[in-house]
Amino acid sequence: MTTVLERGAAPGTLVAAGRRSRARRWRLTLVLLAVALLVVFAVSLCVGERIYSPLDVLHVILGQQVKGASYTVGELRLPRALTGLLVGAAFGMGGTVFQTMLRNPLASPDIIGISTGASAAAVVAITVFGMSGLALSGVAVLAGIAVAALIYALAWRGGVHGARLVLIGIAVGAMLDSVISYALTRSEIQDANEALRWLTGSLNSAFWDGVGPLALAMVVLVPTTAVLSRRLTALQLGDDASTALGVPADRTRLGLLLVAVGLVSVGTAAAGPIAFVAFLSGPIAHRLVRGSGPLLWPAALVGALLVLVGDFVGQHLLGIRFPVGVVTGVLGAPYLLWLLARSNRSGGSL
Amino acid sequence: MKHTLAVDAATIGYDERVVVHDMTLEIPQGAITTIVGANACGKSTLLRAMARLLKTTSGSVLLDGRPIGDLPSREVATVLGLLPQTPVSPDGIAVADLVGRGRYPHQGWFRRWTHDDDVAVEEALTATDTLDLADRSIDELSGGQRQRVWIAMALAQQTDVLLLDEPTTFLDVAHQVEVLDLLTDLNRRRGTTIVMVLHDLNLAARYADHLVAIRSGRLYSQGTPAEVVTERMVADVFGMTSRVIADPVSQTPLVLPVGRHHTGDTPRTDDENHAARPDADLPAPARS
Repeated sequence: MTTVLERGAAPGTLVAAGRRSRARRWRLTLVLLAVALLVVFAVSLCVGERIYSPLDVLHVILGQQVKGASYTVGELRLPRALTGLLVGAAFGMGGTVFQTMLRNPLASPDIIGISTGASAAAVVAITVFGMSGLALSGVAVLAGIAVAALIYALAWRGGVHGARLVLIGIAVGAMLDSVISYALTRSEIQDANEALRWLTGSLNSAFWDGVGPLALAMVVLVPTTAVLSRRLTALQLGDDASTALGVPADRTRLGLLLVAVGLVSVGTAAAGPIAFVAFLSGPIAHRLVRGSGPLLWPAALVGALLVLVGDFVGQHLLGIRFPVGVVTGVLGAPYLLWLLARSNRSGGSL
Repeated sequence: MKHTLAVDAATIGYDERVVVHDMTLEIPQGAITTIVGANACGKSTLLRAMARLLKTTSGSVLLDGRPIGDLPSREVATVLGLLPQTPVSPDGIAVADLVGRGRYPHQGWFRRWTHDDDVAVEEALTATDTLDLADRSIDELSGGQRQRVWIAMALAQQTDVLLLDEPTTFLDVAHQVEVLDLLTDLNRRRGTTIVMVLHDLNLAARYADHLVAIRSGRLYSQGTPAEVVTERMVADVFGMTSRVIADPVSQTPLVLPVGRHHTGDTPRTDDENHAARPDADLPAPARS
């Protein structure tokens, strides 16, 4: 305590300076990500089979009639891009909350079977019960929550340990995958076509009627996640340290689990389980942020970027059209392999 | 206001297994209390219960006379701090940010970081001699430096009572002494009540004001190190034959293990120890 006085600086100055410089770096990262997202969003509105000028697109967004563009941009590209943006952000946030809370990058909802749960319920609802629209989305969301509860209950041994939850989740996911396969082999061919979207994730059926409910769910879930995620900073230090800081580990985890599952299920209901977006967003955000601040917002932006870029690549750059999930799947699979290979050597965490 | 911590007829265990039986203990205010005992005797379990990481099966832990489980967790966190045995450091976090997390209980749901928080963090870093590391990433630090950073986090919490579960594990002897000196500074300057579990009996005897010896989950004896550390206690609690002499540096008791390859039969100088058991015929299980 004397050294500070000897240095002649007011107490706290040194720490404050370091903190401010990290906060500046964090904000800069966030701004750059937001700019990149805006550019990709604009490009995906302008570019397609026909290219419209940004001015035309702006006019459409402002509600003016532009020949051709009003339909293509206003009714097809805009809802598609908005859905991609929201779904990507939901996956990015949900995945990061999971990975941080369970201190394991493998503990992402698309690895541990929660997205698969939502998909399986949707596929069964389509092929067996012929459901569609909002009811279908509702079923997917509820199934995601139910599967998360099941995995949590199975992993519970007087507390939840990340690695055990991951293993149980992978097993539950494998079981649900077989449910999907079974339902598909038993289904009519048109149903199977519709159900396929639930396997890899696609924005092909993203229209205005789906954007409203998705946006509404996000308006509730995102602020709740943001408030609860403050507690993640304590939970990250281990269960004991967390309790010592006044954040009871298990109770807090349950609340966070609920909002994160909500985010991921809502995203899955809107566009299917777009492969690996939840899984990749947190680690990519972590590389960019490098410890300068919280991961939640950067991960949301990274998730949205992944989906929009993936969709753009799948639609326009590969000759034939691929659903976005195929593109993100190609990106994510090598990372998963690398992570699995590495995880025996060191237990990395976000 | 000074806060009190006590254990009242507490039985503590995991599932069916009872680890601590009917423990009653009053932690002296503003003193350094050290809990010693053999491996698996329940000393860490007792400390965990005092930190509300474990619930008591019967009896209770009392903070300011009230059962700790009934108090709001965040409120407790402003009074009672803990250095856990194996905390986890998030990848790539800066030292000052990690220490800053100790400020969590002082911040409300929406309260922002304030100047007071910066001051508290800087004080904690200074006290643990880690101010130079403030902007480094925790991944780059050595084990000794990390341990000091974790202690700094507990200090930034600015609690009146601080519990530490084996704060000297993984540290070489010089760093062990450094950490214990630091805790003593804290106790003398701020009057912080310190309760810690220590493995090293001699360091415990040297640094404790109050020593608590535990055997098989029960209180064996407590008091000043001179009262508690005797050859009989070492034999009963650790199952080890030893000689206890006065530490030439601190005049506190110094335990010299005898072991199987030495007899310990040199002439005695310390009259106090005549009451101890005959040494040679006891087996001497190794402390691991």
